[in-house]
Amino acid sequence: MITGVRYFLKVALARAYVRIIGAQRELSWIIGDTLLPFLSVAAYVYVYRAMNAPPEYTGFVILGGIVVTFWMHMLWSMGMQFFWEKEMGNMALYLMAPLSRPALLLGMAIGGIFMTSTRAIMIYVASRFLFGIQFNITEPMMALAVSLATLLALYGLGMMLSSLFFIAGRGIFYGMQVMMEPVFFLGGFYFPVKQLGMMVATAAAAIIPVSLGLDALRQTMFGAYDSALFTPKTELIALLVMGVVFVYSSIVILHKMEAVGRREGKLFLKNQ
Amino acid sequence: MSEYSIETINIRRTFKIDRMARKDAGRILVALDDVNLQVKPGELFGLLGPNGAGKTTLIRILSTLLSPTSGEAYLNGIDAINDLKRVRPIINTVSGGETCGYGILTAAENLRLFTELYGIPWKVAKPRVEKMIHVVGLDKFKGVKVNKLSTGMRQRVNFARGFVTAPKVMFLDEPTVGMDVNAAREIRDFIRNWQSENPDCTILLTTHYMAEADELCDRVAIVDKGTTQGCDTPAALKKMVQKETALELTISGDEPVPEHWHSFTGIVKLVATPNPSEKVTGIRALLDSADASGRFINEITSTGRLLLDLRTSEPTLEDVFIKMTGRRLTEVSDSKPGSEE
Repeated sequence: MITGVRYFLKVALARAYVRIIGAQRELSWIIGDTLLPFLSVAAYVYVYRAMNAPPEYTGFVILGGIVVTFWMHMLWSMGMQFFWEKEMGNMALYLMAPLSRPALLLGMAIGGIFMTSTRAIMIYVASRFLFGIQFNITEPMMALAVSLATLLALYGLGMMLSSLFFIAGRGIFYGMQVMMEPVFFLGGFYFPVKQLGMMVATAAAAIIPVSLGLDALRQTMFGAYDSALFTPKTELIALLVMGVVFVYSSIVILHKMEAVGRREGKLFLKNQ
Repeated sequence: MSEYSIETINIRRTFKIDRMARKDAGRILVALDDVNLQVKPGELFGLLGPNGAGKTTLIRILSTLLSPTSGEAYLNGIDAINDLKRVRPIINTVSGGETCGYGILTAAENLRLFTELYGIPWKVAKPRVEKMIHVVGLDKFKGVKVNKLSTGMRQRVNFARGFVTAPKVMFLDEPTVGMDVNAAREIRDFIRNWQSENPDCTILLTTHYMAEADELCDRVAIVDKGTTQGCDTPAALKKMVQKETALELTISGDEPVPEHWHSFTGIVKLVATPNPSEKVTGIRALLDSADASGRFINEITSTGRLLLDLRTSEPTLEDVFIKMTGRRLTEVSDSKPGSEE
């Protein structure tokens, strides 16, 4: 039996493989996850154009549309993944196996990032082709660092939600709904979040990683420094801290939930 | 190596009924009540009992998915309640009627996934995956996505999933439930062959099919209402009722049988099962002598009920169950699980 880091990576890659191969075998996602979100992005673009908003606002919308795909995926495919696994009967098999739980979470995140990145690239390419978006990347290294830190914080949050919800019942659907529309508003997906006022925007940014990520990306990719909440460097540090806290919390919560579930008989479906 | 492969000491598990909508909310349900088992290495040990007897609860405890309320459990000498890291690599479970893995993957890919989750190197896992695909008769379908397979085929994949990690202690929870006769026979053949090829592997099998327990198991424990009622080889258990005659009767009318029939001279145990749809009642009676059957038949006819069918049979494990619990295995299969405190 393989042990140590090799075993950890083997489990993570094995779990990631399911999502990566799934994206290639079931192409229906191209319509559901790319074409339909693109229509909503296009609607915002036409609204801004009708209002004669500055051209970079079109870029904000596209960027927001790309980040929305990550947010939605994080909620429904990452945050609820353990819940789905339990419904399918896989969770009990995972928990019975000697595998590392963080490796499982990491595998889900890697697979998820791969799938969502594919969607994001498709939305970006279509937007560029149809709307002629021009990026003005002023700080390429910072833009890259912020993108990676945003993914870390976002998928860290997904790992934490997955751990938190996996012994929950179907009531978690309501919880996820709460995290959709209000977050679309508070996250500033389609407008600079500073428009909400410094206090509300800062409060939103403290719990919603995409608020900070988008704000920093708008600055580094479109030079939108005037409408910024904080400097990209501050936001990068905040995102890294959030990412570490979320990932660490997810591991602690998962172990705690597993212990509670084992005690209360909630690691499997009643009819299993 | 420990003397026993599976050992439970006074395992007890209770559940609090917490669904507010239920009238019995707040009550404590005893799923297992001081269960003691000792299973030797390489043994195929059966837990025979109706649905809700506590068999699955015991398997969940032994497979580390559920904590007992009290008691101890050891697998190959390892503490199965507290030392999870050491016990998990040596166990696996298959529950009948269930599927596993991901529909987007092929059967072979799903099996590979589960070997990787157990840290088995691919050079070791590959021949095992191929063998298991062959054993469960999916050679022609190994490249087909699981979501394109029939339910029965997916159950076979799940069965292969359990064995592909070559566990030292295997839990089979109602492995043939819901299968047709041929598929169930193939699975039983596989279990027998597996054990002859892997004599160090211990199998704990739960079933409510007495014929399955009789055919497969080296030893059987009768489980009812969370307790073990008796434990021995199928032959020895049947010997307990061998001096008795088993009488299977069908009589007219579906009204309850008179109370005194249960204590009729010569009757050891009697179980009556009314069938309202056909307006008849099935009776299985254990008699202490053949003479008693004549007197009992006279008693039936004297009440005005017609004797529609009469058969005598060799005692089975069902008769052992009747003798120990006063009920038929099939009769209690749909009743509420556990017992209440």
